[in-house]
Formats: sequence, C-alpha cells, structure tokens
Amino acid sequence: MNIVVCIKQVPATTEVKINPETNTLVREGVESIVNPFDMYAIEEGLRIKEKVGGTVTVLTMGPPQAETALKEAISLGCDEAVLVSDRAFAGSDTLATAYTLARSIKKIDDFDLIICGKQAIDGDTAQVGPGIAEELNVPCVTYVKKIEKIEENMICVERMMEEGYAVIQLPVPCLITVVKEINEPRLPSLRGMMKAKKVQITVLNAADIAAETNRIGQVGSPTLVSKIFAPPFKEGGEMIVGDVGEQVEELSKKLKETKVI
Amino acid sequence: MNYFLSEEQQMIKELSKKIAEEKMKPVREQYDENEEFPWEIVKALADADLCGLYISEKYGGFGGGVLELCLCVEELCKIDGGIALCVAATALGTFPLLLFGTEEQKKKFLPDIASGKKIAAFAVTEANAGSDAAGIQTTARKEGDFYVLNGTKCFITNGGDAEIYVIIAMTNKTKGARGASAFIVEKNTPGFSFGKKENKMGIRASSTRELVFNECKIPKENLISREGQGFIITMKTFDASRPGVAAQALGIAAGALEDAVKYSRERIQFGRPISSFQAVQHMLANMATKVEAARALIYATAKTIDNDPKARATKCSAMSKLFASDVAMEVTTDAVQVYGGYGYMKEYPMEKRMRDAKITQIYEGTNQIQRDEIALALIKESARSK
Repeated sequence: MNIVVCIKQVPATTEVKINPETNTLVREGVESIVNPFDMYAIEEGLRIKEKVGGTVTVLTMGPPQAETALKEAISLGCDEAVLVSDRAFAGSDTLATAYTLARSIKKIDDFDLIICGKQAIDGDTAQVGPGIAEELNVPCVTYVKKIEKIEENMICVERMMEEGYAVIQLPVPCLITVVKEINEPRLPSLRGMMKAKKVQITVLNAADIAAETNRIGQVGSPTLVSKIFAPPFKEGGEMIVGDVGEQVEELSKKLKETKVI
Repeated sequence: MNYFLSEEQQMIKELSKKIAEEKMKPVREQYDENEEFPWEIVKALADADLCGLYISEKYGGFGGGVLELCLCVEELCKIDGGIALCVAATALGTFPLLLFGTEEQKKKFLPDIASGKKIAAFAVTEANAGSDAAGIQTTARKEGDFYVLNGTKCFITNGGDAEIYVIIAMTNKTKGARGASAFIVEKNTPGFSFGKKENKMGIRASSTRELVFNECKIPKENLISREGQGFIITMKTFDASRPGVAAQALGIAAGALEDAVKYSRERIQFGRPISSFQAVQHMLANMATKVEAARALIYATAKTIDNDPKARATKCSAMSKLFASDVAMEVTTDAVQVYGGYGYMKEYPMEKRMRDAKITQIYEGTNQIQRDEIALALIKESARSK
C-alpha cells in the first residue's frame, strides 16, 4: 500500500503571536516543529507499511525551511519527501492549500491512502485534510482512532465520535485524518537520522504541479480574515462554599434566578 | 567546551538524550524501587540503533568505537545511571569477541547484540577472586570436542537477563593467571543456571546475579583465542570497557550538576535564590570544573583507543575510570548538599545518583586497582625509556 502523509511545520508553541497588520501568524523567532497531530499520521503510515508493505511519502507545502520537518519524517522511517514550495503559494488559505496539496498528490500519482493529522495546532481549522479529499474526489473519514483492517481494495476504520465510535469501511484510494488516540509516535533511529541528512528532497513549484494561477496563494484564497484577536481570559467565577447541603441550596437558588431551571 | 565531535557523534548524543528524557525519565524511579530489568528501554535503544554503536557495520553495528559508546552512555546516565547499564555492561561482554573472536564467532554472536535482540555479560569475579584473577576456581576441562565448566561466578552484571556470556575459567590451574581461558556460554545451555539475585545499594535497575556451572558442556568452538589467553583477554577487555564505566560516572555527575544548578536558582532562602550565595556558587564551580576535566580525559582516552584498538591503553583507560568515578562520588555528594534536606529524600532524583555513583569506584577493578595499574605502567615506561 503506497501512502502519502501530509504534514505541516508549525511554531513550537500554542501561544502564537499575531501580526496585527496582516492578521497572520508571526513565525519569526519561534522554533518550528512538525505539527504534533501529523506525527500520529506519520506513525500510522509507517505501521501500515511495516504490516502490509509499500512506501510512505511525506508531503508538505511551505517555505524552503520546511525541509527540516520533512527530514524529521525521513528520520522516523518515511521513504520519500516532497516539498511544495513557491512564492506564488504565499497567503494560501485552507482552500488554496488543499488545492495545492491535491495537485501535488496527483503529481506523485501512485497512492492508495492519504493520511493527515486531524488539524494543525496553529490554525486549528481541520479543513485541509477533507479539502484534499474533495479536490481529488476520493472518500474521506476524519477523526480516525483505529485502523481495523487493511485489504487490497479497502480499509476499515474506527472514527471517533462524541460518544463511542463508528466503524466505517471505505474503498482505496481514500483519505483519513487521525486523532492522537490512534498510536504512540516513535522516536527517530540513528540510521534514519543518517538517511535524513543525505536525503534528496523533491521540490515542486506551481508550474510542476500545473496549478491554475487563480486557485493558489492569496488570489486563490476566498477566506477573508476581518479581525483576529486573543480571546479574553475567563473571569474567576464565583465559588460556592459551605457543606454539601448549603452548596446545593445555593446552587439551585442561582440556577433558578438565572432561569436555567 | 567544544570537543569537535563529528556530525554523526552529535547525532548519537542528541538521540541518546531524547531517549533518556522521553523514555527513561518517566520510569527511572519505578525501576530503582522495584529492581526490574528495563526491557522496554532495551527495546527503545534497539529501535534507535544505539545497541551496536561500537560494533562494525559488517556485523550489523554502527561502526563506531569506544567514543561513540561513551557519548551514548554519558547521555543516558545523566538521567539514570542504572538503566543505561543494559548497554554498557553488554559492551563489556562484547569486547572479548570484538577483540579476540574468530570470524565465525563474530558472525554468530555480534549481529544479535548489535540489533539489541540479545544482551551480553562478562564474568570474571568469584567469591574469592576478583581483582586477583589467579584465584579463579571455576574450571574448564577439555573432553573431546567439548569443554566442561564447573564453578560459580558472582556479582555478574546483566546476569540472568543476558543471552551471551563470556566466562573466564581455569584450563590449567597450575599455571595461575596464565592458566585462565575465555569461553562463550549461551543462556539455556544445560548445566548453566543462575543463583541469587543481589539486592543492591544503587544501579538497582541492573540485574546482578550468580552464575552457576555444573558439568556445563559447551562446544570447543566457544573457546575465545587459545587456552591460557583468559588473563590477557580480560586485561584488554578492561582497557576498552573502563572508559564506558567512566562515561557512566561522568553522566551521573553531569546530570547531578545540571539539576543542582537549576535547583539553586529556584530555591529561595533569606529572600533570594541560594545560587546567589558564594558558598553555593563555589560548590557549583568546583563540581563543573571536575565534570569537564573528567569529560576531557574520557574523550581523549576513547579517541586514543579508537585510533589504535590493538595497542595497550591500560594507563589512560585506568586514569579515566579512576578520575571520573571519584568525580562522580564527589559531585553527587555535593549535589545532594545543594539540595539540602530535599536531596536526601527519595522524592528527588539526587540521593539515587549518589547511590548509583558509588559502584563506579568499585567495579571493573576498584579504584585502588586502577592506581596500581597506572603506577605499574609508569614504572614500565620509565624502565623502557632508559
């Protein structure tokens, strides 16, 4: 089974800073890591490969320095790395990103399964995975917490729900996004790190993937960010004290006052 | 300080540190408390390709030498000086094969050690023989195509958990130390069993057991080198392995220092961090200087050995073990002092480091023996030079 894992390089912190003029994330001076949810996607790809054979190609769209993220994926055991990079991609929203990645996957051509993390920790949209599936016109299941079965023409997965899970069978080629419950990502190996040092990363630009110019970058991004701000911290709230009886009485009084009950 | 390590050596350090932090740190207390053998860590180290650093690529290893082993052991021991022994003591059991094994012996045993599938052990010590190798009572009697072993080894690191053992036994008692020979014995060989597991002061995640041989029959192909070479093999094995013990001591000391500096900046007394008191500062300065000196000596020794593995390196090897293990004892004692009452409590990782450090002054030759070796080398050198 040939697998493509889509990853994103993100700032190594959840306290991202925002540029008030451009409404985009400030990436300068912040250490970059592979999006943690994508680490589960890589791990699952590697486990499937180890079980049924095939290759794992890791794909990312980003500036040249996103190579570091791809090299980390190689050090874990991925076979090939593809960087989609072009100034024309700058300012892509999730739609343009999904389009660009889908075009790149078409270029890679040989794939049975695409795995993405459920979302990136910087933008938190969870839209790119399903967007790629839509663009490629392949079935998609999000929030996968377990792969039950892999056969030549289909996979069977458990999709996490708010309560319990759904078992879904889907034909290949297809796309899944995974949650952290699916596995425990491995650490790199020395041989992997040596391989990563020497690996030739395939770099694709807009022309290589035959992208339509009105569908990439800022032009291809209908999303308009009108305002972006840090949410206000929640106020401390009111503590209800006393013994259990008093607390219950006080709480029910307040719930009645606010017409909750 | 910059030791101008190669890119590969940097990677070994980085990866070892990662495994120590992510895999060993969360479980170190549990292993110390329960005296379990850390198989999950062996697996993690195997998956990371760190088990065969000093074994040639031909046998599935990384193709490095003593320095690569030391870099890994140092990083692991910064977090835990006991768990790391699964690798360090395996190296001790592997050096006789690397240095003196035949091609067949290497092909048969090294790949499983390099891949981390099997761990190894080396057994010289007996109840009445340790540093005095001539006192060994275990015998190996030749019978046709076999040797038959009888006797008991004690305090054997990795004993019971290792699959591959190198045993020093007497093939000719009348010749004293020159009558000793080295044999490879595999676990589950009939007549080979395990005795008491020791309850120890430190390095409790490492197993230390008695090995019992009762008419244990092994093929004659398992003799390493020739009969009577056991003592030479032991000495040359220690030349190569003592820097590993030194690196264990260094790691324990360096980890203690790092934590002590951090703690001194957090601990507030008299309204300010204790790192602002000269009494504490001078302790830390002394600790750091000793640690760096130990590191420089060990790396230089390791490079000397790797540069010419056939040459005797007894003097510098003994010096690095002697110096680093004394440093480990001093630095961990001082680190407990910096932590004050908390340092004495098991809740903090300091008292354990002090317990773990002590063994490095004792095993693979006590530090008194190391001084003997160094002095002997000095006298020989002087005698030769005139």
